[in-house]
Amino acid sequence: MSEGFQLSCPIPIRDYPNVTLAHGGGGRLMHDLISRMFFAAFGTNAAQSHDGAVLVPPTGARLAFTTDSYVVNPLFFPGGNIGELAVYGTANDLAMCGARACWLSVGFILEEGLPMETLWQVVQAIALAAQKCGAVIVTGDTKVVDRGKGDGVYINTAGIGVIEHDLDIGPAGLQEGDAIIVNGDLGRHGIAIMAQREGLALETEIESDCAPLWPQVCAMLEGGIEVHCLRDLTRGGLSSALNELASASAHRLFVREAEIPVSPGVRAVCELLGFDPLYVACEGRFVAIVKHDHAERAVELLRSAGAPEPRLIGSVQQKGTPEVILRSCIGTNRILDMLSGEQLPRIC
Amino acid sequence: MKYVEEFRDERAVRVLADALRRSITRPWTIMEICGGQTHSIVRFGIDELLPPEITLVHGPGCPVCVTPIELIDKALAIASKPNVTFCSFGDMLRVPGSHGDLFSVKARGADVRIVYSPLDALALARKMPDREVVFFAVGFETTAPANAMAVYQAKQQNVRNFSLLVSHVLVPPAIEAILSAPTNRVQGFLAAGHVCTVMGFYEYEPLAAKYKVPIVVTGFEPVDILEGILLCVKQLEAGRAEVVNQYSRVVVREGNRRAQELIQQVFEVIPRKWRGIGEIPASGLGLRAEYREFDAEHRFQVTSTIVQESRDCISGLILQGLKKPPECPAFAAQCTPEHPLGATMVSSEGACAAYYRYRRQRDNLDLSGAKP
Repeated sequence: MSEGFQLSCPIPIRDYPNVTLAHGGGGRLMHDLISRMFFAAFGTNAAQSHDGAVLVPPTGARLAFTTDSYVVNPLFFPGGNIGELAVYGTANDLAMCGARACWLSVGFILEEGLPMETLWQVVQAIALAAQKCGAVIVTGDTKVVDRGKGDGVYINTAGIGVIEHDLDIGPAGLQEGDAIIVNGDLGRHGIAIMAQREGLALETEIESDCAPLWPQVCAMLEGGIEVHCLRDLTRGGLSSALNELASASAHRLFVREAEIPVSPGVRAVCELLGFDPLYVACEGRFVAIVKHDHAERAVELLRSAGAPEPRLIGSVQQKGTPEVILRSCIGTNRILDMLSGEQLPRIC
Repeated sequence: MKYVEEFRDERAVRVLADALRRSITRPWTIMEICGGQTHSIVRFGIDELLPPEITLVHGPGCPVCVTPIELIDKALAIASKPNVTFCSFGDMLRVPGSHGDLFSVKARGADVRIVYSPLDALALARKMPDREVVFFAVGFETTAPANAMAVYQAKQQNVRNFSLLVSHVLVPPAIEAILSAPTNRVQGFLAAGHVCTVMGFYEYEPLAAKYKVPIVVTGFEPVDILEGILLCVKQLEAGRAEVVNQYSRVVVREGNRRAQELIQQVFEVIPRKWRGIGEIPASGLGLRAEYREFDAEHRFQVTSTIVQESRDCISGLILQGLKKPPECPAFAAQCTPEHPLGATMVSSEGACAAYYRYRRQRDNLDLSGAKP
């Protein structure tokens, strides 16, 4: 959970301990909620607020723009919460374009009956996460739906980032021989959420890897690494990310299973349930495709910028066969395919 | 991770593969019974390490694959009832019946839940006394003790709103059906390690003697499987046909007696239909008369009609080891995990799904060029 803001909830709980339909109704209650809770937390100047925000980007700068919606149950989980996800997720999408997140919008869909205290905790988490990313929340929206029609809170964020370098970062930049680097161990977010949701009694709690990625990307860019492509590992995990890159670039990608970091806890849960950690979701992990002789330095820079376990896991191979080949831990090669649906726990 | 890494050790694997090459003088066909082993073989590329004399064929030991479509239809009908909470292991949810799967029933409003143990379903029943909680009891001998325990406890604790939809099958009758078929080509078996953890392996000794086939109780990691194959080949080459235990870190000859007693107390042996194969006598488990009230088929009286499987699907031949997935014209063409024609493409442990996932482009894939 967020440290920092620990003021009490600014909406008097004795009046409205829970969100009501009126909080999305456009009247005084909604204005109270926006000005006393959202503006206060996000540092918005009420006098300058409109439905839209006026932005002044640096002259001639390339901008990146993205949006994402966040639905997660439970709202709070070991290592994070929906508020952090909503900010980091969008900021990370921008970081994967090589852009520094500058401006964010936050749209809330609240379920009638949501405890005001819960909303306040989410809002504080959003404010703190935005601050950590160096981004400002400049606009937003609030809707309230009937009880039973939402999971407490859904959040949509959109973000605009500024690109402050000349590299063209994207699948088109892949070149034969490039190094494939991952910034840390896989699968902690997916397993942490599943363990919470399903009430799995694990001996050691697994914490989500939810984290902002810009500091790590920035370290590589400022360190002069020739970054060709970046991709965060969210739903579908490493496997989906690599398959998307292979098919977008038409290159064969080759990775070595033995080099791919997976924590013992995640590995154990995956073994028990018949999951493959290469398909499990992360929220603070990415692959960087960099010029091959920059790989070692890129790993060092990532480590110095706080990447938990940066590793060189493979390489980009020839063009013409868009597929991902995995060298298994016993030294045989096989296809690393994209999953058809989601992974399901096996019978035995 | 202990008990995993040392059994996935590249050097140990190479040593066993070399030993196999030295031991073999002529062609042999060996079947691994269990879908978990099939999955390991294809996932780790174990068959690539085998000498060309060995043909591995994949057996019927995938519970999702052999559950008859009529029973899936019954599950869908029961799950659709408004007062029912239908619980299942995860991988049964996307197995298609004749009209949709449990996921689609859930999307239409049914209360379908993934649980990790039948005892979780029983706990739900206690928590929701106004709802009928049904657990889809699918599996081989491995899952039978936990399912038996759930029913046993339900009776002891008088939890009347709990029942099982039972689709339990047994390994030894399936082996016998394969061996006694005139088309059989299997000369040796890797028996399923986890089934034997529960049942031991004394039931396999008469089969090995009667049909003169070596049977090796085998684990699931690459080192286990290669060692299992080596122990099988050594017997074949020497003209022996015994039951040997490769998986001795887990399995003993007698198995788990208490688990077996519980299974016997709650279940009786009955004939069962196997999807793709047909009815095999005395090949499954059903609830005993004393536990009839916990039988969902009895409680809900749902009927189902006999369903015609796709004519293009050869999953029956695959489950009996007569064909391999790439030999099917529909494989990776009309039949894919998104649009499966048969159950071996649906389950993650089905042979067709394993081939599709790990090597479908094999024909036009030159892996020799892939280098670190």
